[in-house]
Amino acid sequence: MNVNYPDEFGRYGRFGGQFVPETLMAALEELESSFRHALQDEAFMKEYHHMLTEYAGRKTPLTYAGRLTEKLGGAAIYLKREDLLHTGAHKLNNAIGQALLAKRMGKEKIVAETGAGQHGVATATVCARLGLECKVFMGAEDMERQKLNVFRMELLGAEVIPAESGSRTLKDATNEAIRYWVTHVEDTFYLIGSVVGPHPYPEMVREFQRVIGEETKQQMIEAVGDVPNAAVACVGGGSNAIGMFSPLLAEKTKLYGAEAAGEGINTPNHAATISKGRPGVIHGSLTFLMQDEAGQITEPYSISAGLDYPGIGPEHAHLADSGAAEYTAVTDEEALEAVQLLASTEGILPAIETAHAVSLAARKAAAMESSETLVICVSGRGDKDVQTMNDRISSQKEAEA
Amino acid sequence: MNTSIEKAAANAAYPVFIPFIMAGDPNEEATIETALTLQEAGAHILELGIPYSDPLADGPVIQEAAERSLAGGMTLKKALALVPKMRERGLNIPVVIFTYYNPVYQMGLETFAKAAAENEADGLLIPDLPLEESEVVRTSMNEHGLELISLVAPTSKARIERIAQGAQGFLYIVSSLGVTGTRDELAEGTRAFIEEVKAVSPVPAAAGFGISKPEHVKALEGAADGVIVGSAIVRIIAQFEEELREPETRPEALEKVKALAVSLVTMTPMKDEVT
Repeated sequence: MNVNYPDEFGRYGRFGGQFVPETLMAALEELESSFRHALQDEAFMKEYHHMLTEYAGRKTPLTYAGRLTEKLGGAAIYLKREDLLHTGAHKLNNAIGQALLAKRMGKEKIVAETGAGQHGVATATVCARLGLECKVFMGAEDMERQKLNVFRMELLGAEVIPAESGSRTLKDATNEAIRYWVTHVEDTFYLIGSVVGPHPYPEMVREFQRVIGEETKQQMIEAVGDVPNAAVACVGGGSNAIGMFSPLLAEKTKLYGAEAAGEGINTPNHAATISKGRPGVIHGSLTFLMQDEAGQITEPYSISAGLDYPGIGPEHAHLADSGAAEYTAVTDEEALEAVQLLASTEGILPAIETAHAVSLAARKAAAMESSETLVICVSGRGDKDVQTMNDRISSQKEAEA
Repeated sequence: MNTSIEKAAANAAYPVFIPFIMAGDPNEEATIETALTLQEAGAHILELGIPYSDPLADGPVIQEAAERSLAGGMTLKKALALVPKMRERGLNIPVVIFTYYNPVYQMGLETFAKAAAENEADGLLIPDLPLEESEVVRTSMNEHGLELISLVAPTSKARIERIAQGAQGFLYIVSSLGVTGTRDELAEGTRAFIEEVKAVSPVPAAAGFGISKPEHVKALEGAADGVIVGSAIVRIIAQFEEELREPETRPEALEKVKALAVSLVTMTPMKDEVT
């Protein structure tokens, strides 16, 4: 298929664009032009890949999941191990790319938003490494839920600023980061954490995450002589999924995204943006959006703070719209079961975000032929979620007893 | 196009006064009476805000106004319906609807433009709709006789001329970086920036963002044609929220709003500044 989007207006089909205050437009123009030059600059790309290798620990392994494959009795399952990347999730790929770009543009101050804290930690990490000043906005509610990540960011030298507006979660942290950026746009680089936001952010984050899919493709060819028949990734904003999908779009690979169904898509408590949202504007981009009748953005819910976002990257909206990828909502409960499934069969404890992909992958793999292959993007490790898992799994056991 | 908005701005002596209030803050009746009070105090154009869940160009004062208004059930549709009620009670200045893009997009551009025209609104201002995204909106609005207000910012630089060329009604000069809110002092270079914009603007130019005191208005005399004042007014509405809700206590609260408006229009500092 044709993958030469976004167009010059930052559109992916009917999605994307730049719905931001005029104050930011010049900064976005400058960013786009610097980004395009950097991509063409061999020295820049060399530095980026060098840092991915020598600092972040790429390339990440592709692990054959033999016991999981056997248990499900369908497609051969492979795991792309972004959980083994420095800081424990794929987020660092993008943070490195954007921080190097900021440096190249002469911006020494970084501002970022974070939900669960993974992107905040990745940003704080790379800022420490490159000697950049780092401010991270985090919903006050999320700071309470993810105290350890707040402490990690502070250890890394970042200033964590509570977002007290609205529901005090990721959406509000993003609003606050944008408000901060509007005020300090002349010397500050906004390092966004997913394939969301105004153009060129969705494209830029995609390009800094596509290393996931490129390595996977090559590793699958080495392992089985062909690209995978299917690839599965979880989708909040959708950066690990785009990273995996983008290099596979032109291939035969079927692409599956798992979004968060929370307590169920027919309850009010979910974050199933594609299943239940309508096109609308959030954080500068036209995309599928959870909103009420009048166009007010509604509060998403998921057990996983990383998928708890009312929008989705505009490229995903387009892939869903055009049928190039298929998106399915996975509940909290199904994700928790998938954590236990992967932990007990392969000795890998995935992040709850990732577990949504594992759950969907298990369903898909079981329905495929044993001659086929399926790769799961294991976007992050689950250490950060052990407390949440413990609370939920023990309360379930109590309820059953 | 020489419409009511442009006429209202062009025919006034300095300062063209454009106050902002949030529809439904703290309730519908208070909004209607506040609009009339502001007209009485000398407003030339009214900016009527539509509350939004995620107002990313606004500071805390307007954010909280939006929360109060949303809690009372205000919507874009209901806000448009307030305009004829204001007209019935004697409001004759042009009304510009200030809203983020998503509520308009959800209503549908055509539906919105038609409803706004039927409800005797005159223009539309969308803070998260830059020039590049605005063409389709402008076309729909113009077809129904409404104007789309354009904004320029201190960072606009090479964009200023392009934006100014298409300006309708008045050109909104975002006079400082950042979000809406009161500021103690005008940013350095504000006057020079406004003069630069004014030189290329085919329509009157009004400055907003942080303009909250009579001294600020005075300082821009001879540079801008007018001023847009939001947070300073909304802050008083917040302060007298309870009084504004009830018909018995409302007149007294409206006097406070009026005192601020008069001090801004006359560029005379108030004796007992409301804080």
